[in-house]
Amino acid sequence: MTDFVQLIGIEKHFGGIAALKSVDFTVKSGEVHALIGENGAGKSTLMGVLSGNVIPTAGTISVEGCVRRFSTPGDAIAAGIAMIHQELVLAPDLTVAENIFMNRMPRLIDWAKLRRDAAQILDRLGFEIDPGATIGDLPLAQRQIVEIAKALSLNARLIIFDEPTAVLGPSDARRLLNLIRSLRSEGVAIVYISHRLDEVADIADRVTVLNDGSLIATRAAKDVTIEEMVRLMVGRPISALFGEKRTSPFGAEIFRVESLTAGPLVQDLSFGVRAGEIVGLGGLIGSGRTETARAIFGADKRESGRIFIDGSQVKIRDPRDAVKAGIGLVPEDRRGQGVVIDASIRINTTMTSLRRFSPAGIIKRTFERRFVGEKIAALKVKSAGIDAPVQSLSGGNQQKVVIGKWVDVASKVIILDEPTRGVDVGAKSEIYAIIRRLADEGRAVLLISSDHQELFGLCDRVLVMGRGRIRSELLPGEFDEERLLSASLAIEPIQTTVRTDQNPAG
Amino acid sequence: MTPLQNVQHFRSNAIKTERHRQGVKFLSFTRRYGTLVIFVLLVAAAAYISTDFLTLRNVMNLLRQASTTIIMAIGMLFVVLTRGIDLSIGSVLAVGGVIAALLAPEWGLPASIAVALVAGLICGLACGTLIAYLRLPPFVITLAMMTVARGSAFILTGGQPIMLNDAASGLSAFAGGYIGPVPYPVLLMAAIVLLGTFVLMFTSFGRLVKAIGSNEEAVRLSGIRTQRYIVAVYVISGFMAALAGVLITGRTGVGAPNVGVGFELQVIAAVVIGGASLMGGRGDALNTVLGALILAIIGNIMNLSNVPGYTQQVIMGAVIVAAVILQKIQNQKMS
Repeated sequence: MTDFVQLIGIEKHFGGIAALKSVDFTVKSGEVHALIGENGAGKSTLMGVLSGNVIPTAGTISVEGCVRRFSTPGDAIAAGIAMIHQELVLAPDLTVAENIFMNRMPRLIDWAKLRRDAAQILDRLGFEIDPGATIGDLPLAQRQIVEIAKALSLNARLIIFDEPTAVLGPSDARRLLNLIRSLRSEGVAIVYISHRLDEVADIADRVTVLNDGSLIATRAAKDVTIEEMVRLMVGRPISALFGEKRTSPFGAEIFRVESLTAGPLVQDLSFGVRAGEIVGLGGLIGSGRTETARAIFGADKRESGRIFIDGSQVKIRDPRDAVKAGIGLVPEDRRGQGVVIDASIRINTTMTSLRRFSPAGIIKRTFERRFVGEKIAALKVKSAGIDAPVQSLSGGNQQKVVIGKWVDVASKVIILDEPTRGVDVGAKSEIYAIIRRLADEGRAVLLISSDHQELFGLCDRVLVMGRGRIRSELLPGEFDEERLLSASLAIEPIQTTVRTDQNPAG
Repeated sequence: MTPLQNVQHFRSNAIKTERHRQGVKFLSFTRRYGTLVIFVLLVAAAAYISTDFLTLRNVMNLLRQASTTIIMAIGMLFVVLTRGIDLSIGSVLAVGGVIAALLAPEWGLPASIAVALVAGLICGLACGTLIAYLRLPPFVITLAMMTVARGSAFILTGGQPIMLNDAASGLSAFAGGYIGPVPYPVLLMAAIVLLGTFVLMFTSFGRLVKAIGSNEEAVRLSGIRTQRYIVAVYVISGFMAALAGVLITGRTGVGAPNVGVGFELQVIAAVVIGGASLMGGRGDALNTVLGALILAIIGNIMNLSNVPGYTQQVIMGAVIVAAVILQKIQNQKMS
């Protein structure tokens, strides 16, 4: 086998931050090369370079021995490189056939021929999908197949899969892996990015590990165990990241949700969290965790449900009511919902508590500056000062600002939705320490995370959601990835009542 | 690398960073004061072209003419900061103007002006409520208000201009009067500009208006009822438009239903030349004033040098495009 693609000495800097540090990466035709690493390790940036979405600061790309320069995704596609994105990039209102031939529709469309050609490609993949169906009507698994068909129709000779099974059920995932195997046997080069290391061990020929933008190792898959992959990814034993769990008893149940229903993904949820307790919400993407957080916080409308703080019911119609009740939300989408990205650290930090600093509507600047200065020092936000725009911070430090704006305001409950997504390892452990401190100060903490290590490492209890319901509750002795996934995928509720009477020591 | 090369390498790098730093300083200077630089250059050019330009009389005249545009531009600035737009102000101006003229004979001056201003507030309240609570696009809603308000102005007057009678002589006196060399409307305009600057720089309202324009969802999820702020900016804009209408009625002595057609575009142009971003979140009151003055000076120069009216329009359009391109370049270099 020969190298189809060689990336040599790839570097990428975003502002002052190095996202990739001199990374070498090669893919042979007819192999599956897995790329693993934590969130923020640089996988997406490296694949961005390979697919023409990111222009590297330094380094060379060669395809079949010829040096290429990709300045747009179109250049990469022309060189035979296609990427199946995590968020699929299909036009939802167009048909399957139109999407497959999107970028080379003839001026005058022969609809019959278009569908015939599309059907032919889909057949080759072994899937029966109607070329005339509208993309928006297809389930996610089929849309992914359409993406692959599109890549093949472009004569892709290297296909990048970015977390393809994250959104699939087990049987769809198995079919997808089989499809990838058959593509491999046809001589297609494949880059496979996944957090599911069992899949990686199953399908990959070679494994490359990135950590914090650097290449850690490239190994033959058969020579490396899953445990070893984890150690290479994290760079230190996992347990050291999370700190010590609480051993003293929790306080009273200060936060309770009763029969919360809001749309199809939040169905009749009831649970409580005690003071000082960190409760995890686990489950697959799309199981309703984010929707639950938003419904509690009043960010989305809810159909029914009561929320209790300190035993008495509070009326929450919008986020303002939630804030008044002492509830804070660190949203999933940091840039879109967590921060005003072009405003300064100072403005973002005091946004939740502006009234304190402006008794008559006029902001007391000195007071505000002192407050923010102390806050960012306590949270170890690395910045050029409190007037630096949040944009200039790394992801981890941006997240600390988002948490910082809630520290004083969310005096009772803080809900964190994927707080360490896209955050480097160093900042991660700092954020974990902050979360622990928030709980130790007597708050009820609700933590949503798709990172199972994180859930198990931080939480005192994990509620597993699946299709809008709580499917199971796991206690520390039961923390097990397989258990969590199978509970989330269960169709029938395993358990809808939730225990709250046990002690953490137990 | 030999040690010597190393040192040289290090030095040249240090020089580069220093240059880079100076470059950034220069750019942040032009971003802050870019409009001011254009303004100063224009004043110099105008003074060179016409010896009449820098006379006290011409300057005060220019300021008085620009005062209504500036007053409305301050209102528009608040709207634009929230990523909105208010196309109705030219028509709301007419409503304010005709109400003041209509009611003055019977109700007296203070009451008629108050009613005119309240009418402006109501127009803004209607637009703001629809935009904030029903999430309708500002462009469409204020476009609708533009025709509704214009129609109302014609209905109120029966299509005829209303002459100000003697009961309203105080208004004419105010709009045409001076304190020393400074016309009253210019003083009023200055007070509004200062107030606008203060609100945007030192109050939580101003800060949140800008933040909403940058990322409304983040502000909402911080526990702020963003809709109220959005309603408020349209109310401010409506109020300023009605105030401008009252002033124009005073200055011309007529409440005319067809006054102010197209003013909204002039005002938006002033705001944009002043460096405010139509994408929200960025802009300030003083630069908006400069934006309005730049337009006024260009008009004034062309008048002084006898450029025909139609040609003036073409040149104005070109100036707006040039100003926006300039800002775009500055912003790209900044990021």
